[in-house]
Amino acid sequence: MKIFIPTPLRQYAGKQDAVEVYASTVNDALSKLTSTHPDLKRHLYTEDGKLRAFVNLYLNDEDVRYLSEKENTRVKESDHLSIIPSIAGGVEQDLLHPITRRPDHPIRQAARDSRN
Amino acid sequence: MLRISQIEYSSIRRHGEETYPHECCGVLLGSSDGETRSVTKTVRCGNTRSDSPHNRYHIAPQELVRIQRQGREAGFEIVGFYHSHPDHPARWSQTDLAEAHWIGCSYVITSVEHGQAKITNSFELAGETEENKHFADEAVGVMAEVAAIANESTG
Repeated sequence: MKIFIPTPLRQYAGKQDAVEVYASTVNDALSKLTSTHPDLKRHLYTEDGKLRAFVNLYLNDEDVRYLSEKENTRVKESDHLSIIPSIAGGVEQDLLHPITRRPDHPIRQAARDSRN
Repeated sequence: MLRISQIEYSSIRRHGEETYPHECCGVLLGSSDGETRSVTKTVRCGNTRSDSPHNRYHIAPQELVRIQRQGREAGFEIVGFYHSHPDHPARWSQTDLAEAHWIGCSYVITSVEHGQAKITNSFELAGETEENKHFADEAVGVMAEVAAIANESTG
């Protein structure tokens, strides 16, 4: 099966966007992936061996968390497993972090240029 | 550095105005050489945080899977994300940092004041791990032509 690697983790997977593994389950596929590319392990798992909470796994178009067998779900050679870190955030009025702003910050210059 | 076409740059800012007073969010597709990220296309996403859309955003992973697949088929990779801060500065918040996990990617934030896009800033999520990740100010170049970005980034 093919495992798709997200942009930030490709440097730990030989700069590949996808890795082919022969596996029987989702867990087996991840195990094969991290044994071939051991540097991936600390980015996918916590120190106690649990998948990091922000790491989403999709078997084809199904969230593995909601499959009845979860990571023990059996896989076929034609299956695709996508590793997708979550995307979220938002403003918090009391917790806004100050940043050092240069007076000529390029994006503001670009914004000004676009208006002219 | 982040390079983006004027059309996509304007689209990001317009998206923030259209969803005001809620946060907008989307994906930046393009190419990267590690130092420079060139945005060829932006993809608007739905904000799934219907419980608090004025100060939170979240992109459904299923939508990311689809965008990543479509980008791959078109020869692009995910190089960053954008969202808006309605009536708040275009600075990253602790929530933004805590929930940012795409190290090496760009996070673009637009402040939208009273429905008008004001400042747009970009920050690279730098570092190597979850433990030492941090946002770094990132220069942005707004280019006239999409093709020029794609050609330069691949040439």
